[in-house]
Amino acid sequence: MEEAVLALEDGTVFEGASFGAPVQRTGEVVFNTAITGYQEIFTDPSYTGQIVVLTYPQIGNYGSNLFDSESRGPFIEGLVVREISPVASNWRSDDKAEHFLAKHGIPVIADVDTRRLVRLLRDRGAMRGIIAAGAHERGKLIEQAKGSPSMAGLNLVSKVSTSSQYEWTEGVEPVSSFGKPSANEPPRFHVVAYDYGIKRNILRHLVQIGSRVTVVPADTRAEDVLALHPDGVFLSNGPGDPEPLEHESKQVRKLIGKTPVFGICLGHQILGLALGGKTYKLKFGHHGANHPVLNKVTGKVEITSQNHGFCVDPDSLSDSDVEITHVNLNDQTVEGLRHRKEPVFCVQYHPEAAPGPHDSNYLFHDFAKMMEEWTK
Amino acid sequence: MPKRTDIKRVMIIGSGPIVIGQACEFDYSGAQACKALRAEGYEVVLINSNPATIMTDPNLADRTYVEPLSHAFAAEVIRKERPDALLSTVGGQTGLNLSVELAESGVLEQYGVELIGARIDAIKKAEDRLLFKDAMRKIGLDMTQSQLVNNVADALDFARRMGYPLILRPSFTMGGAGGGIAYNREELIEILERGLDLSPVHEVLVEESILGWKEYELEVMRDQAGNAIVVCSIENFDPMGVHTGDSITVAPAQTLTDREYQRMRDAALRCLNEIGVDTGGSNVQFGINPKNGRMVIVEMNPRVSRSSALASKATGFPIAKIAAKLAVGYRLDEIQNDITRLTPACFEPTIDYVVVKIPRWQFEKFPGAEPVLNTQMKSVGEVMAIGRTFKQALGKGMRSLETGKADNAASLDPDLIPKRLITPNPERLNYIWFAFESGFTVEQVHEMTSIDRWFLEQIADVVRQEQALGGRTVDSFTAREFRKLKRDGFGDRQISRKIGSNPIAVRMARKALGVTAVYNRVDTCAAEFESFTPYLYSSYESEDEAAPGNRKKVMILGSGPNRIGQGIEFDYCCCHASFALQDFGYESIMVNCNPETVSTDYDTSDRLYFEPLTQEEVLNIYDIEQADGLIVQFGGQTPLNLAMPLKAMGLPIIGTDPSNIDLAEDRKLFGKLLSDLGILSPAHGTATSVQEACEAARGLGFPVLVRPSYVLGGRAMVIAYNEDTVRRYMQEAVNFSVSRPVLIDRFLEDATEVDVDALCDGHHVLIAGIMEHIEEAGVHSGDSSCVLPSISLSPATLQTIEQYTIKLAHALNVIGLMNVQYAIKNEAVYVLEVNPRASRTVPFVSKATGVPLPKIAVGLMLGKSLEDFRHLTGGMANGVLPVPTFFVKSPVFPFAKFPGVDPALGPEMRSTGEVMGVGENFGEAFAKAQLAAGTPIPDEGAVFISVNDRDKAAAVEVAARFREFGFELFATRGTAARLHAAGIPCKTVFKVNEGRPNAVDLLKASKLNLVVYTTTGGHSFADEQTIRRNAVIYRTPCITTMSGARAAAEAVASRRRDPIRVWNLQELHAKEPAATSA
Repeated sequence: MEEAVLALEDGTVFEGASFGAPVQRTGEVVFNTAITGYQEIFTDPSYTGQIVVLTYPQIGNYGSNLFDSESRGPFIEGLVVREISPVASNWRSDDKAEHFLAKHGIPVIADVDTRRLVRLLRDRGAMRGIIAAGAHERGKLIEQAKGSPSMAGLNLVSKVSTSSQYEWTEGVEPVSSFGKPSANEPPRFHVVAYDYGIKRNILRHLVQIGSRVTVVPADTRAEDVLALHPDGVFLSNGPGDPEPLEHESKQVRKLIGKTPVFGICLGHQILGLALGGKTYKLKFGHHGANHPVLNKVTGKVEITSQNHGFCVDPDSLSDSDVEITHVNLNDQTVEGLRHRKEPVFCVQYHPEAAPGPHDSNYLFHDFAKMMEEWTK
Repeated sequence: MPKRTDIKRVMIIGSGPIVIGQACEFDYSGAQACKALRAEGYEVVLINSNPATIMTDPNLADRTYVEPLSHAFAAEVIRKERPDALLSTVGGQTGLNLSVELAESGVLEQYGVELIGARIDAIKKAEDRLLFKDAMRKIGLDMTQSQLVNNVADALDFARRMGYPLILRPSFTMGGAGGGIAYNREELIEILERGLDLSPVHEVLVEESILGWKEYELEVMRDQAGNAIVVCSIENFDPMGVHTGDSITVAPAQTLTDREYQRMRDAALRCLNEIGVDTGGSNVQFGINPKNGRMVIVEMNPRVSRSSALASKATGFPIAKIAAKLAVGYRLDEIQNDITRLTPACFEPTIDYVVVKIPRWQFEKFPGAEPVLNTQMKSVGEVMAIGRTFKQALGKGMRSLETGKADNAASLDPDLIPKRLITPNPERLNYIWFAFESGFTVEQVHEMTSIDRWFLEQIADVVRQEQALGGRTVDSFTAREFRKLKRDGFGDRQISRKIGSNPIAVRMARKALGVTAVYNRVDTCAAEFESFTPYLYSSYESEDEAAPGNRKKVMILGSGPNRIGQGIEFDYCCCHASFALQDFGYESIMVNCNPETVSTDYDTSDRLYFEPLTQEEVLNIYDIEQADGLIVQFGGQTPLNLAMPLKAMGLPIIGTDPSNIDLAEDRKLFGKLLSDLGILSPAHGTATSVQEACEAARGLGFPVLVRPSYVLGGRAMVIAYNEDTVRRYMQEAVNFSVSRPVLIDRFLEDATEVDVDALCDGHHVLIAGIMEHIEEAGVHSGDSSCVLPSISLSPATLQTIEQYTIKLAHALNVIGLMNVQYAIKNEAVYVLEVNPRASRTVPFVSKATGVPLPKIAVGLMLGKSLEDFRHLTGGMANGVLPVPTFFVKSPVFPFAKFPGVDPALGPEMRSTGEVMGVGENFGEAFAKAQLAAGTPIPDEGAVFISVNDRDKAAAVEVAARFREFGFELFATRGTAARLHAAGIPCKTVFKVNEGRPNAVDLLKASKLNLVVYTTTGGHSFADEQTIRRNAVIYRTPCITTMSGARAAAEAVASRRRDPIRVWNLQELHAKEPAATSA
């Protein structure tokens, strides 16, 4: 079995076995605590620039399939696991998870004590690292890790966004729900979705609530969006630091009050900036499918899917027209905002799930209601 | 919402005796609920008939009623205590059913008691198949095609439409009792009739087969605000068709994509909502067609279940504790997560390890029962193992079972591979292993078992690695090779066997290379947050999180999986040892692998190692902890088997020296000790060959008692009335060796057996209890009812027993607990057995005397004197502890689960649990105990008597009493003749082989209310067995000893004389005895 090494910027080195593509990749090392949904994680463009450690030790058990990708392919820089399955066992599977990554040139290091790695990241914060297949001089790898770009201040959106506008028509597939698959409602709205690194399940949910969806590149000007006569604008998730996205937040600022706006994850952060707020980097981020979020409006708790390394600073919004609607119960960070006067709201977490619980799907319906009222 | 202030006193119903399908997981959940509610300031009133539980300890509830879990007694407790609320969801199916009964009879309304946890309509919707089906259809959940029937014709009609096989599930029975799979018309009729009979509502669900589908369970919790979480997902290794209690199960689910898992989660939450579970935990079971993903909901339990206990242990999320808090009004987000301290309980635990549960069966104790697994649960216990990977967890789990693949390997038959793979059975895992060893492919094994290929591939890989060990030597391994093996779950012993070495040599070799176990924490969050709870499992990762403390500390070795003869009683002792250590200022460290128990709760001990009880694992823990002492005398035979090897390795075992424990087992040395002390014992010998055994038996004179050394629960013990039996026994029944010879004793017929528990500090001997058995010597002590105080022993006999016990304690240098079994015949006292360790009766005696025996024993082991505990013993450091009233302990048997097995009592223990009855007289206590044990003595009706010649005189006396009470008598010819001769009217019935109508016909026609049928001795005849078996099938109490029959007559007298009355332990043991109920 081929060896592989994971070297971190602090000098820690983990040895393991090489799977996937036998290449070298650098990135910010983050951990995700979801037990299921690795294919969705691989293919979430928000992971651009990141090497992902999965805390669940048995990865690849159910293989990969055509339908569970959240984008055109994997966006993670590399994968770190305790064990990668030599077989794929599931009726939906058409390939082994390891082959799926290999095909797209993504390296995997297995047989790593991922718990130790996670404890290290928990204590010291997310670090830059490098995965290298084969034998290498450690010192050199550590230097390479140190030399790789830091996540703070990094604009990755331009790397992952679509280059041209397109329409999306596919709704939520039956395997995601039970009983009779509810027929998609005929399009009642036209939603323009900014692609900062959008996940397909967001698009599917937008279709599901009765939208015709036009996906536009991240740098599309607000005027051009409004010219499409949208009933609402959606701001997607995406990778990297929101602060450098000045152009994007400027466009969003121009949209407020002109049309309903709904943002998720990076979209939420960009909206936060557009509303005059600030963002900051979390120590090791939130990456998992079990985070409790309190909806302050209803008093109910949602178990949410999360994937973010940056956060909106609540103090920066204190005297604006912005209301904090959702709070993370683990660390009290901001999870949702809405404008007190204009039809604008957003959440830091992922109501589209994929992977994760469906508790927050209602937010898409809230968006539909908002558009309905706006168009009245 | 904060907790409710409108309720002050909450009643909790426990689950009663340990039976198959309802074991100590409900002691765990009940104890957690008691603790949680009291911590919130509620007054807790508890009723549970099982004295061996932690929950019935007087300090866990404000008022503890060890009384039968029947409507009448529960209603009396309610009348006396007037609780504000009744928590229905932590006492298993028994607690739930009794709650429903109390609600429906109007008792709750009459006394203004609110049902909390689950409402009555929610319970009904979940439990009633038809209502459940309607509810699921309403929310769009798919179920199997099924029909509820109450007669054979409807079932046959359904079968014509659906084809076979069909699954049968009786309504409202526990552990799937009476259910089964019918492959043809005959089986359908047979299972249906039994199921209709067992169902309290006379209904059975007949259902489309989904055999071979993948099976899953989700543990779900919900609060009154509607917040709901999934605590744990569980995937069954064994596909649909095997009861989940009999399935190897794995947490979390391994082979579901996120899409499928979330769909299942949605379904479970929607199900909870629709059923109307306001608060608490539920478990929802699903089947998935592996070919197309079709998902059906199988069932849901609106209460804390066996799986909840497993899920709690698997994740570190205490379901029962949280369920109790939710029931009194808290919301999930108002409760903190104990382990992380900073985050709320309103989240979904995520784990970074794999958990495997493996059941343990004991078909060998039930000859005549077919060892196959189906929808009716048959396992008596289980183990859980935690590993970083499935392979590691599986390896640890198999070691935890203490059945050892090695020990079975010889009996595996290559010709049986297909059969043992196709039909689920207790040996299937071993046969899967064997099949891979024999060259079968994953695909072939999958075809025969329908077990998911992912699981099979894991096992196949381990087998490949095991086979590659052949020809290696212990010093040929590299660190990397050793680490790989250990990370894949290999035990030192397993490696040593393959390379012809020994476990210690392997251990030394790998340690020399730096390959040592480290400990990881169970923390509910995959290390995302810091853990404050040392709940640990071993792995061979690169970082140790054990962080051992510097205080003085003692390790307690637990009792492993429940089995007949070694069950909850020993967990009770281990938990108390832990509490006592904490009281005495020591850090307590628990080692155990049984997920059902209180001992494996993360807050029972200061530190918990969830590990197999093997020499390897105990040594590894000791390496890290360097404990000041190890306690081995509380966990039954499991830790005792380890005591000598651990001592030899230099581990500091405290209490009675293991060599003295060994001495008591060594026939020659112990025989000499007894004769030196001038103590009588039945003449005895040992044998290591057939010939020696026959000679010894002839020398001693028949009948003789024959048994192997070092076993618990009378395993493979028989009474032989002739040489043939001895020869057959030696040839077939038992393994023996020079170091472990077969023991042969002269058997004392018709002797009274006595059990004594005592404490000794090396100087004083305090006798805790002298228990007189109801059944005579020859019936295993665990299967006999017994009474405190004794009812028929003479003062002289009692004095002799006391003297002998003191002498034995001194002679064996006992420090801690000791148990002695005596047989009394014609006023002579014989010692049958001495066990210098905690016995099965310790919890019973503790509860009857009000003296915490295990706690004092731990004190003595730490060097204290009995003098130091006068405040706990009523001032006594010597003599015999008194009891305030009559206490009877009665066993509970699983015969109904094993149709075809002869329920006659004998020297091999077969009871799974016990109950206690409390009364002002023996009859009352015995009547309560029998009622609590599920074999109530009838108040009226007909008694059938058939006894052997020896018992005829006694039968006349017993029959006369039943006649006095107005019972109708039936007897077989011989017995009838004696009764007639004594002027007692009775009807003569044919024996089964004589003609009809016979006793079986009477049983079938429900004409009999009690059967008294003693054995003819030596071997049971077909006739006797048929009657006793049918008594079990038609649920008629069947007494197989004359002393039992006399006790039954006493019980009838009490039922006629005494009112329904209840006592709580607190009032019984108050310094000023409280008045009995008004």
